[in-house]
Amino acid sequence: MGERTSLAQPLLALQEVSSHYGPVRALDRISLTVNAGEIVTLIGANGAGKSTLLMTLFGNPRASHGQILFAGQDITHLPTHRISPLGLALVPEGRRIFPGMTVLENIALGHTALGNHRQGPSLDFLYTHFPILKERQRQKAGTLSGGEQQMLAIARALMSQPRLLLLDEPSLGLAPMMIRKIFALIRSLVQSGIQSGVQPETAVFLVEQNAHQALQIADRGYVLVNGTIRLTGTGHDLLNNPEVKHAYLGTLV
Amino acid sequence: MKTFILQPLTTATLVLILTTPISGLVLNGYDFNLKWQPPLLLALTAFFLHLGLMILNRRTTQKKSASSQKTSHHPAWPRLATILLPLLGLILPFLLGKYWLTIAILALIYILLGLGLNIVVGLAGMLDLGFVAFYAVGAYGFALGQEYLGLSFWAAIPLGAVLAATFGVILGFPVLRMHGDYLAIVTLGFGEIIRLVLNNWITFTGGPNGVRVDFPTLFGLEFSRHAKQGGTPLHEFLGIDYSSNHRYLFLYLTLFLVVLATIFLITRLKRMPLGRAWEALREDETACRSLGINHVTVKLSAFALGAMTGGIGGVFFAVSQGFVNPTSFTFHESALILAIVVLGGLGSIPGVISAAIIVTVLPELLRDFSDYRILIFGLAMVGMMIWRPQGLVRTTRPVFQGL
Ligand SMILES: Nc1ncnc2c1ncn2[C@@H]1O[C@H](COP(=O)(O)OP(=O)(O)OP(=O)(O)O)[C@@H](O)[C@H]1O
Ligand SMILES: [Mg+2]
Repeated sequence: MGERTSLAQPLLALQEVSSHYGPVRALDRISLTVNAGEIVTLIGANGAGKSTLLMTLFGNPRASHGQILFAGQDITHLPTHRISPLGLALVPEGRRIFPGMTVLENIALGHTALGNHRQGPSLDFLYTHFPILKERQRQKAGTLSGGEQQMLAIARALMSQPRLLLLDEPSLGLAPMMIRKIFALIRSLVQSGIQSGVQPETAVFLVEQNAHQALQIADRGYVLVNGTIRLTGTGHDLLNNPEVKHAYLGTLV
Repeated sequence: MKTFILQPLTTATLVLILTTPISGLVLNGYDFNLKWQPPLLLALTAFFLHLGLMILNRRTTQKKSASSQKTSHHPAWPRLATILLPLLGLILPFLLGKYWLTIAILALIYILLGLGLNIVVGLAGMLDLGFVAFYAVGAYGFALGQEYLGLSFWAAIPLGAVLAATFGVILGFPVLRMHGDYLAIVTLGFGEIIRLVLNNWITFTGGPNGVRVDFPTLFGLEFSRHAKQGGTPLHEFLGIDYSSNHRYLFLYLTLFLVVLATIFLITRLKRMPLGRAWEALREDETACRSLGINHVTVKLSAFALGAMTGGIGGVFFAVSQGFVNPTSFTFHESALILAIVVLGGLGSIPGVISAAIIVTVLPELLRDFSDYRILIFGLAMVGMMIWRPQGLVRTTRPVFQGL
């Protein structure tokens, strides 16, 4: 399986992808790549189309133009439920955990989704990273705090042992300390990927408003403006880019 | 421990308040006396019923904790209840007269229907207002199968189930994309279509005149006083006196076993990936699909399994009535089944069982007040929504064991 993602071939590649909500164009010829083992971040203002980009990967809405390749396979027209078993896991905006089900059941759903027979990481592995989830495993997920729900959403996504973890604004509504914790976790997940239960060379595609912290942990970044890619570069370059500084970081930072 | 007394007590009080004016007041000319026995008896029954069901309910939740950590919560109790309650169900028919026996059979049929609709509404979260369609398909499937093809009762149970499941899938396909109100309207229409077809296709279904259904035989033994076609009546074979109760006893026991099997199956399913996928779909369809759950198969399986259970209920209904006609399958029936599911607590199996029993037995106890039956029913529903919105028996999550 690892054979297919050679150095030359990116794990995820979008080629001139557009998508529409009815007549409204939300994405306009987006091209980007994510390589195995990389943390790539996408920053952009409200309504820029960040969430739309992630949803388009899952065919909801479907790309109206262009091609989406995952590990070399064209997934542009694959039915939504067939996409995540390939090795993509989404932590959606606003978590979208199953509030009426227990924490443990939520975690299990990331793994036992029908047709997905991949062996997930062990519960022990998850619980060492998210000890709070162990404490709350019998509790209904809807009763968790926002940050705990975010951790649950990440844990659920990890259960499918993804090769690419997609995170949509994991810092949304979290306290600064919690944000730091989650970001540290993301980094450690990629670094420990090799010896842990997580798929080796796991890549992370991180969508964020919190540009400063996102760019700090990212290898590379893209800046999305009104549905098009405006800028791209290494995390470090973008952090020091005057335009980015002005628009997303505040000139005072 | 406190809730173990408190919750049943609330139920009992509710029953007492609701039933005292109707079962306790005895008219005496222009005067009336207040009799306490009947309402107290009802309240007491409700109390123990609720207690029993709660214990039953706990068992599922405790199974895991019993294995992993030793709990101090009386582990013997729930186990006792799961053995005692079915045993009670098996003994019960021998204590009942013919009249109550037929009501008990009806209650079992409604339990079956409630369990079926519970899959669709309670677990998968799809509001189905036309569930009676599958009930009708089962009943008519057997009646017409017997009339035209000489289908036997024993063959009709699986065939009726399959037929109803097919109809479930037929309904499921067009409504895959619908939610909430729209889904409710379409299923409502579907229920009416089935009824209207049965009513108007006179050459095939007999229309409003209905179809007669013969009583089944048991290993070729008949339940009649005198054998019809050279067979042996059951009572002669066993060397006992003839009693018209026998056929109802037979029906009750068969139905009871079917209900037990259904409960077992659904309890199992709830803990399997499919069952969890139903519930996840109810909570967030988009999230489910992004997790790789195929919403088409999951929804269709819920419709099919629900319909199947309804179809089996229909077969038993046809046998117990000895006759089917379209008036048994009106929207009122769908509403009643839905009420059972909602009253019982969406998704809760013990809840459905107790609600089905209450909904069938209570009207019989209140025969003298049949004019007000719907009114009382409505009041009870309103009261429930205010005081116990989560239903008679709160759903406890089946504990998930290992990955
Ligand atoms: N279901 C929808 N139907 C129609 N328009 C939509 C829909 N979802 C999003 N849009 C529009 O598409 C555009 C991009 O929305 P999107 O949710 O992708 O923004 P975003 O970059 O994720 O913003 P935020 O940072 O606020 O989450 C917005 O103008 C939004 O109004
Ligand atoms: Mg967004």
